[in-house]
Amino acid sequence: MPQTNTRSIRPAYKEAWLCFILVAVVGIAKAQSGSFEGPKSTGNVQKSEQPSEQSTEKAIAQYRQMLQEANPADLYVTKGEALWNSARGPNRQSLASCDLGLGPGIVKGAWAQMPRYFEDTQRVQDLESRILFCMQEIQGFNSIDLAAQDFNTPERLNISLLAVYVASESEGVPFNVPMSLPQEKEMYKIGKKLFFLRAGTHDFSCSTCHSQTGRRIRLQDLPNLTTHEGAGGAYGSWPAYRISTGSIWTMQQRLSDCFRQQRFPKPIFASPATIALSVYMGFNANGSVASAPGLKR
Amino acid sequence: MSDPMRIRLQSQAGVTTVKVLMSHEMESGQRKGDDGKIVPLWNIQDVSATLNGKVVMTAEWGGGISKNPFLQFAVKGTKTGDKISLTWRDNRGDSRTDEVIVS
Amino acid sequence: MNNSRRNILKKSTAMAALLLQTLTQCEKVYAYQQNAFDAKSIADLNKSLGLSLPLESSQITINTPEIAENGAVVQVAATTTLQNIRRWIFVVEKNPVPLVAIFNLSEDLLPSITARAKFAQTSDFIAFAQLADGRVFYSKREVKVTLGGCGG
Repeated sequence: MPQTNTRSIRPAYKEAWLCFILVAVVGIAKAQSGSFEGPKSTGNVQKSEQPSEQSTEKAIAQYRQMLQEANPADLYVTKGEALWNSARGPNRQSLASCDLGLGPGIVKGAWAQMPRYFEDTQRVQDLESRILFCMQEIQGFNSIDLAAQDFNTPERLNISLLAVYVASESEGVPFNVPMSLPQEKEMYKIGKKLFFLRAGTHDFSCSTCHSQTGRRIRLQDLPNLTTHEGAGGAYGSWPAYRISTGSIWTMQQRLSDCFRQQRFPKPIFASPATIALSVYMGFNANGSVASAPGLKR
Repeated sequence: MSDPMRIRLQSQAGVTTVKVLMSHEMESGQRKGDDGKIVPLWNIQDVSATLNGKVVMTAEWGGGISKNPFLQFAVKGTKTGDKISLTWRDNRGDSRTDEVIVS
Repeated sequence: MNNSRRNILKKSTAMAALLLQTLTQCEKVYAYQQNAFDAKSIADLNKSLGLSLPLESSQITINTPEIAENGAVVQVAATTTLQNIRRWIFVVEKNPVPLVAIFNLSEDLLPSITARAKFAQTSDFIAFAQLADGRVFYSKREVKVTLGGCGG
């Protein structure tokens, strides 16, 4: 007789009925014995119930809201402002004459119209690349050396402080990233292409996580950066204070970490590719009110 | 040189609510650093608040207070021109005092 | 003894008493209670702080988030309708060091304190209130601490 893995149908029916009866008996017995819960809790201790999707969202919102009114980022804004006005670098100059697009020394509202094309560099520059440029031109720092360092070296930390200060001076200002010059339009196209480009060992792209609304990884909600609302809320809230690292991260740092998470090679700090991504997100955010400095878990 | 605190006051009917953000690492003494060794406890130990020089609150903190501590309390019987001063002292002997005037 | 000597004696005794009182009060205000910050259990903590027979009280209101997105920073607040509160003691039960903070309140303060504490894991937050007459009351609320996602 040939060996087979299948069993004839009739005995299976018998087994199925037996299982059904067993389950029914157990079910009735449990129902009779009352609740599944343990002993009742007393006093003011809240019961640990399984929260629904919506109540979890509300609870997280409450957690964030409680911290919102005193954002530790403000401490770093103060430091950044002091740095901006300090005579530093080989030239011992402050950044007070730095042109962020609205004219030399005008910081208020400047970030809300970045990234943008700058005549003096003939490049589209974002917040950090422009600060880097001013640090070199005015203060005499070597921007190549600075870009080659890690985010946590003293001078790179200073760039984050300067960035969070400059961004904070656009708080409440609607984004107005210009898109009239051919260089700006080209950078937007490149940024969009990069956003959707699947690459690296895992075939990730930015869009893998950031092109759908209402998604999350564990409890971390993922903004949809292709939409106006998503881009406005997300792009507009960096630089931010991150509770997990107890530090300020800028968009450049956020992008660098996204690259790491996608198993992409590390991007060069303030490179055209990273600026292009900010052009894409920034222009998508136009009209939304800048909210930086943000507060992240 | 310790960083300045950010102090915000909100006064209503003689009661001033004080909201203060302090700049401090507040190492808990539980965390392992990149070298695998415990990062030593480094925390604000004492906090005091005065109203026109009179102590109205003191606090003792351990490593369990969050980094960049936030503190909120409310002082009764305040009026315009009153001076509220906050001082912290940490376990390394560092300290910081900042003052604000009730408007 | 003539009057002037009596007066001097009176005055110097009064001065000595005042000085002694000031010294002991200074000690109360500024002595860091290391023992309390070394306590690993609430029982040990209460012993080191001299908190006897704490009673649960619905007159203490705690404001904490139900879920903490990151246990490193959790805003905790306590207030009470109990009168003459002198001391708040904030405790996170499951922390390696349960005692988080002690707040000594003068009569010039409203009985409300807000701070931010670290939660090593899901744990009860307990606020003890000690009144001027020494009685201790408490209330507690659980805060769930999550492991997040990609960090934000």
